[in-house]
Amino acid sequence: MTRVFAAPRRAVFAAFTNPEFVKRWLLGPDGWSMPICDIDLRPGGTLRYRWRNDAAGHEFGLVGTYREIVPPERIVHAERFDDPAMANGEAIVTTTFDELDGATTVTMVVSYESKRLRDDALASGMERGVAASFDRLAALL
Amino acid sequence: MEQKIYTAASSAELDRTFLALADPTRRAILARLAAGEASVLELAAPFDMSQPAVSKHIKVLERAGLVSRTRDAQRRPCRLEGDALAHATGWIERYRAIWAKNFSRLDDLLAETVRSK
Repeated sequence: MTRVFAAPRRAVFAAFTNPEFVKRWLLGPDGWSMPICDIDLRPGGTLRYRWRNDAAGHEFGLVGTYREIVPPERIVHAERFDDPAMANGEAIVTTTFDELDGATTVTMVVSYESKRLRDDALASGMERGVAASFDRLAALL
Repeated sequence: MEQKIYTAASSAELDRTFLALADPTRRAILARLAAGEASVLELAAPFDMSQPAVSKHIKVLERAGLVSRTRDAQRRPCRLEGDALAHATGWIERYRAIWAKNFSRLDDLLAETVRSK
């Protein structure tokens, strides 16, 4: 997933990593708020996001761990939903910030590492060795 | 971020669908079936691979619900099933819409912070 923003990358990086900013845009469809947005921005630090549908009252959350942080260029973190019913394994998200002429291109690559997918691939008797990941699924979006 | 799009059941279906789509031979088979039913023999013809190898690809597509095979006819033709594909494109579209919304809010936020400097 790639998107260009009309701002220098220090500003965009801050918008992705400062909870006060993140709470204002990472909200999904209208009607949702973000009551919890904890970001401990260091390798091994945790992130905790929780969204709330203000009309219906239901909530769900995402928890994760930072793996690599290179301000203001690059963030690698692992994330998963905190509700087992929604669990679809851990996703590794690599977010890069490239600045050109004052505009910043943000690229997010999401890869899912799912044991079930790997099992399916092996059960099919072919594509041995394929780590069944959705590398660059986001690039299709 | 509609909670229902992340249910475990639909997640397992999507896993199978995207796994089935993540292969050029299987996408070519689907493209051929979009033009109408075909037997395994007909589907294997354009590929430089054995019929059993093509059959395995078809089985992956069947498991993902993308293809069905008629039980009664002698040649058991394969047929494209649109529902699983519609489910997958629906998921992609919702995902796209969520991020379009997020990024449009981020545009506004950045415009504000850049102005205030």
